Amino acid sequence: MSKRIVILGGGTGGTLTANRLHRHLKHHPIGDAVEITVVDQDDHHVYQPGLLFVPFGLAQHSEIVRPRQAQLHKDITFVQQGIDRVDLERDTVVLEGGRELAYDALVIATGATLALDETEGLTGPGWNEKVFTFYDLAGATGLETALAEFEGGKLVVNVVDMPIKCPVAPLEFCFLADWYFTERGIRDKVTITYATPLDGAFTKPVASAALTSLLADKGVHLITEFNTGEVDGEAGKLVGYDGREVPFDLAVVIPLHSGAAYVGRSEGLGDDLNFVPTDKRTLQTIAKPNVFALGDATNVPASKAGSVTHFEGEVLVDNILRFLAGETLNSTFDGHANCFIETGFGKALLIDFNYDTEPLPGHFPTAIGMPLLKESRMNHLGKLMFQWVYWHALLQGRDIPGIGADMPTRGKERPAPHTPELEETAV
Amino acid sequence: MSTATMAGVEVRLNDEGFFEDPNQWTEAMAVEMATADGIDTLTDQHWTVLKFMRKEFFEKGTGPTVRLLGKTSGVSVKDLYLLFPKGPAKMAARIAGIPKPKGCI
Ligand SMILES: Cc1cc2nc3c(=O)[nH]c(=O)nc-3n(C[C@H](O)[C@H](O)[C@H](O)COP(=O)(O)OP(=O)(O)OC[C@H]3O[C@@H](n4cnc5c(N)ncnc54)[C@H](O)[C@@H]3O)c2cc1C
Repeated sequence: MSKRIVILGGGTGGTLTANRLHRHLKHHPIGDAVEITVVDQDDHHVYQPGLLFVPFGLAQHSEIVRPRQAQLHKDITFVQQGIDRVDLERDTVVLEGGRELAYDALVIATGATLALDETEGLTGPGWNEKVFTFYDLAGATGLETALAEFEGGKLVVNVVDMPIKCPVAPLEFCFLADWYFTERGIRDKVTITYATPLDGAFTKPVASAALTSLLADKGVHLITEFNTGEVDGEAGKLVGYDGREVPFDLAVVIPLHSGAAYVGRSEGLGDDLNFVPTDKRTLQTIAKPNVFALGDATNVPASKAGSVTHFEGEVLVDNILRFLAGETLNSTFDGHANCFIETGFGKALLIDFNYDTEPLPGHFPTAIGMPLLKESRMNHLGKLMFQWVYWHALLQGRDIPGIGADMPTRGKERPAPHTPELEETAV
Repeated sequence: MSTATMAGVEVRLNDEGFFEDPNQWTEAMAVEMATADGIDTLTDQHWTVLKFMRKEFFEKGTGPTVRLLGKTSGVSVKDLYLLFPKGPAKMAARIAGIPKPKGCI
């Protein structure tokens, strides 16, 4: 009898998993007898890293949105429907409207959603007028107009709480805003403030120090350990739970993130925030052996980033094939993340890290290569290239030459004489 | 790492003053730490939070973040800040004798 693999979510993780599985199955003994189905609620695949550039007029809709089905191999079935819940006991997915999909193996790749309602006042008066987010397409587009009309005043960029997708994106937004207002000749009329719940610019010590000083170089004020209790659009201020107030004329807020709501409706699948508890090395869920997860939907202590999702895909596809063949799983995922950080004026930084090694200076992937934790034009070109790589290699589930799932250690400069003790943080 | 004497017993603390070994903790020590942090009396609500944090830590291996505390402890985030003004997750974790929650570095 044929085996059914159902993949929930047709974004980065779902698409690359489906295509990679399809290719690997061609050469696999059980290959002909496997059906792959991908479910998503809509047919607009957004290249999310592009959302950072939209507010600054540097990216167009047509470049960053494509139909989902067109990214999938033609032998993969695409079902466009919302998911109502997963019935773990019956190995069945129930879609909105009642249709059921039974599976032998399930992949959860439904990402993270923005929990706008969890922050008091966020979507109240001023929402999409002087309070925005660039974390979805509508918000990023609205912000483009608001920035174009901004003639001076207080711009505040605020992360409500971790975890968020791409934890460096809010910093990149600050750097680009500094560049944007300089280009427009009004930088002296704008104050830029970054308010974060962390105790520095970033979660990991060495990179945090580097990014904190970069913020200072660019004249961005840093407010740390700020826990947003309320966004008061009318009065134009953020109010912290500790009573501190941050006034703004324009606020860019990165809202709280949760897992997809259907996870909460699926008994035994998710945690209190609807993320899916997942083994951080095998990517098998804790809920049941035939359920796997990758990308932003999981609770693994790695960055919620497309690069992480890509590296996870290699291990996850291998493990699904092992599972279906009754073999032991590989515990090889190391938490590898690789992120370009756009710093404005045609430059970018690159950071490369995993569960055990924080982002360090040096070069990537070896001692000759792109500079790590240091601004360069080459890294900026790398960031721009990533869009091409995303549509043509990453979503196809192909390996990217020179960048494997295991983090390279050659080329990294370790701090001497001791490495600060690291905690496993969701960064 | 350092050591300190609390409620007459020697305990091991890390550089930020969090317990190295949560099993060394006693309620009397919590009272001492709270007083030193400016909380004169630990009310029932304080104890609800402290006990909840310890339970979460022993079940899940890490203490809850403020957001999770607000969702699951039965005390709202606003009230948590009134109870533990220096930041509930960190301050309550320290008084509860568990490591700093991983999400709030
Ligand atoms: C502003 C911004 C900048 C970023 N920059 C970078 C970067 O520079 N580099 C990088 O590596 N990463 C970056 N990322 C992160 C990256 O985009 C994500 O980590 C990645 O897309 C995660 O893939 P995923 O498959 O887990 O989730 P997604 O790609 O978000 O896919 C989840 C899918 O599930 C579907 N879904 C959810 N719920 C349901 C339901 N109930 N029923 C049906 N379908 C459902 C959604 O429609 C969606 O298509 C950025 C993200 C943002 C927001």
